[in-house]
Amino acid sequence: MKRSALALLICLASMATATAETLVTSLSTYRVAINSNYTGASLILFGSIERDARTAPRAGPYDLVVTVRGPRRTALVREKEPLGPLWITRGQRRFVDQPVYLAVVSSRAIDDIAAAPMRERLKLGLEAEFASPLPGPNLMGEDFVEAFIRLRRQQGLFQEDPEGVVFLTQNLFRAKIDLPAIAPTGLYEVETILLSDGVPLSRQSTNFEVEKTGFEQATVVLARDHGFIYGLIAAASALVLGWLATVVFRRE
Amino acid sequence: MQIYLPIADVSVNWLLLLAMGGGVGFISGLFGVGGGFVMTPLLIFIGIPTAIAVATQAAQIAASSMTGSIGYWRRRAVDMRLGLVLAGGGLIGTVLGVWFFNVMRRLGQLDVIIAIAYVVLFGIIGGLMLFESLRAMWLKRKGIRRPARRSGEHPWYLGLPLKMRFHQSKLYGSVIPLALLALLIAFVGAVLGIGGGFIAVPALIYLFRIPAAVVVGTSLFQILLTMVAATIMHATSNHSVDLVLALLLIVGGVMGAQFGAIAGRNLRGDAFRLLLALLILAVGIRFAGDIVLKPEETFSLVTLDN
Repeated sequence: MKRSALALLICLASMATATAETLVTSLSTYRVAINSNYTGASLILFGSIERDARTAPRAGPYDLVVTVRGPRRTALVREKEPLGPLWITRGQRRFVDQPVYLAVVSSRAIDDIAAAPMRERLKLGLEAEFASPLPGPNLMGEDFVEAFIRLRRQQGLFQEDPEGVVFLTQNLFRAKIDLPAIAPTGLYEVETILLSDGVPLSRQSTNFEVEKTGFEQATVVLARDHGFIYGLIAAASALVLGWLATVVFRRE
Repeated sequence: MQIYLPIADVSVNWLLLLAMGGGVGFISGLFGVGGGFVMTPLLIFIGIPTAIAVATQAAQIAASSMTGSIGYWRRRAVDMRLGLVLAGGGLIGTVLGVWFFNVMRRLGQLDVIIAIAYVVLFGIIGGLMLFESLRAMWLKRKGIRRPARRSGEHPWYLGLPLKMRFHQSKLYGSVIPLALLALLIAFVGAVLGIGGGFIAVPALIYLFRIPAAVVVGTSLFQILLTMVAATIMHATSNHSVDLVLALLLIVGGVMGAQFGAIAGRNLRGDAFRLLLALLILAVGIRFAGDIVLKPEETFSLVTLDN
C-alpha cells in the first residue's frame, strides 16, 4: 500500500515536470570588458522553449520577460526646496541595496502580459520591482520612489523595452540587453520568465560580469587602494607636462 | 572619438575635452590667470561629477602654474621667500578646504555650497574689477592721472609680530596677514577647484603693495605648491582625481595658453581688465541662475560606493 502510494507520488511529480515547458538560454557574452574606448555594450540573450510530447497545449501565445539586475548599491535621492530665494537640498531618502542597473525586456507590454498581483509577485517590470515597501526609513514618500525611477531612467540605467524580445520561430527567441557606459562593474543577474495567459510556466537564470580591464582596471585599483601614490603620480605628471610646455614652446 | 574616463566612470568625446582645455588655456594665457574658475563649471556642465571636476582641476592648475612659474623664474620675477611663506599658509588652507569639501560631499550640500561660493565670490570680485577698470578708463579719458603711490604709509597689519624682510618684493612686515590671506585663498581654491590667482594678485598689490613685476610670478609659484598638495590630498582622501581627464585637459590647456599669451600682447591694459571682470561676472551669474531659479528637476540622485 505504502509502496504504491510512493510510486504514485513519484509518477505525479514526474508528470508535473513533464507537462511544463523548459527554458534554455544563452548569452552572447558572459564577460563585458571596459577599455578606453568603451561606450557601453549590447548583449543578446538567445533562448529556446523546449516542449515534449506530454507538454500541455496552450491556448494563448507565449510571453517572455527578461529582467537584468545589475550590482546593488545604496542610492540617495535628495530633494531641493526653496529656502528664501535659494533652492537648497532639504529632504533625502536612502534606497538601500537596490540594483543600479535594471532592464526589463519583454515580448509585449508588461501590463498586457500579466495582471498586477502576478506582476508584483514575480517582480515583473520597474513598477513592480519597487512596489513592495523598500527597506530603510519608512517615511519613503511615493514621490521619492517615482523620482528614483525617473532619474535612473534618465541615466539610461533603468529601462523597459516591450519589444526587446523577438521570436525567431515559434519556440526560438532573442532578447537585446543594452548597457550604457555608466553601468557599474560587477555581476549582472539575468532572469528569464516564460508566461502564457498571465501564468508563469518556466523560469531560467544566468548571469554575466562587467569589468574594467588593462589600464582602466590598473588606474582604478591604484586610485582606490593606493590613493597617495596615485596622487603623487598625478601631481608628477602634471609638473612634467607643465615643464615640457616651456621646453617645446620656448620663445627665444 | 569617445574615451572612457576610468575614475569619473563616464564616456566623453576626447576632442571636446582637448578643445575645452585649449579654450580655457587660451583665456588663461590671455589674462595670466589659471583658468580653473572657467574650467570647473564647464566640466560640471558636460556631465563630469562635481567632485571629480574639482579634484581633477587641481592637477590641471598644477601643470599650468608650473609652465607659468618657470617662465617668470627665468625672468627672475619670482620672490621665492614670499612664495614659500604664502605656500605655508596655503598648505593649511588646502588641508581645511579638502576636509570641508569631503564633509559637504557627505552631507549632500557640495553642489549648493560650490554654487553659492561662486556667486558670492565672483560677484564681489568681478564687480570690484569692473568698477575699477571702468573708473580707470573714465579717468584716463578725462586726462586725470591717478595719484602716485604714497611712500611711508604702512598698513597696521604689517606691524603684527613675526616680521620678515622680502627683498625682491620690497616688503618688510609681519608674515601673519600674508599667510592668512594665502590660507583663505587656498581654502576657497580646494573647495571650488580654482587656483585663486585672480584673487591673490590684486590682494597682494593693493593690501601689501608688492611690486607688479614680481607679484604674478610669486602668486603662480604659490599656486603651484598648493595645487600639487591639493592634488595629492584629493587623491588620498576622496579618490576623485581622474588622471585621463587631467592629462587631456593639460595637453589642450598647454597649447591654448601659448596662443592666448600671443593674443594678450595686443590687448590694452584697461580693455584687458574690463574683459576679465566681465568674464568673472558671467561665471558668477551663471551659478546664480542655478540656485535662484526653480530647477527643472528638484530631485537629485547619488549612488554610494558600498
